[in-house]
Amino acid sequence: MSITPTVILFFILAVVAVAAAIAMLRSPNAVHAALFLVINFTAVAILYLLLNAPFIAMAQITVYAGAIMVLFLFVIMMLGAERLPLTERLPWQRPVALILSLILVAAFLFVALVPAAPGNPGQAAAPPPVPRDFGGPLQIGSVLFSRYLFPFELTSVLLLVAMIGAVVLTREDRRQATDGRRQTTEDRPQTAELASVLRPPSSVVTKEQP
Amino acid sequence: MNPTDIPIGYYIALSGLLFTLGVLGVLIRRNAIIIFMAVELMLNAANLAFIAFAREQGAVDGQLFVFFVITVAAAEVAVGLALIVAIFRTRRSIDVDEIHMMRG
Repeated sequence: MSITPTVILFFILAVVAVAAAIAMLRSPNAVHAALFLVINFTAVAILYLLLNAPFIAMAQITVYAGAIMVLFLFVIMMLGAERLPLTERLPWQRPVALILSLILVAAFLFVALVPAAPGNPGQAAAPPPVPRDFGGPLQIGSVLFSRYLFPFELTSVLLLVAMIGAVVLTREDRRQATDGRRQTTEDRPQTAELASVLRPPSSVVTKEQP
Repeated sequence: MNPTDIPIGYYIALSGLLFTLGVLGVLIRRNAIIIFMAVELMLNAANLAFIAFAREQGAVDGQLFVFFVITVAAAEVAVGLALIVAIFRTRRSIDVDEIHMMRG
């Protein structure tokens, strides 16, 4: 592998992606974490361009870095949950997590980089050349609407179900609100029939004593 | 600019590294929203592996799988954030250590 502009670009993007991921894990502020994740998604989208996937790269930037992260930021700011105190209930959890992660990353790097490893994609052999419009909107669309037409239609059902689910889960009508307040005094009457459908009966919730 | 300069194994290694960072985030963070973001990081790493293998095989099917993963991730984020909002309304917290109402 010689030093070409593509190789330099790959390593810059890899460092940016990993550094943004680490910064996301370390930042105590959830808004900063979301913005670091946007940097990570953008760097990975440019890697998609290097891999001849221009359509997916644009979808990544639009849907992931755009829509999904805006939804995250919206919820963080709506809840006012940018800063949570870093509580530590299980002191042994952090070192154990670090050790297990090191083992996992060692396994990944072994499979990916050691040619003798089972399942190695073959780093010596360069990937075959592909046609110029590989991964473009034309090719993606023609395959999507022929071979993958049924999964594509199922996706619309999935999105509809997710939309209805999000609306139902976050709905807060007055009966449910008063119901939640009464539940803290542990004598919730069974009048709110809709709320009793949406949440478990009070005996289930309040029976357990820590 | 020749994209075939970089072996596919390097992309897979980067994907594994990002996936591990996502796992680490789920394990050590206690803020439910940041745990959710770490799950997105893992999905993203898996997408990178899909794209890299699609390039290696010269087939566009891997890219379509990523397309579907992005769609499912959008639905998942909508429902997951709705759950977090609902939990925050009743418990006044999104610290996962304080949400042990359903523990066995």
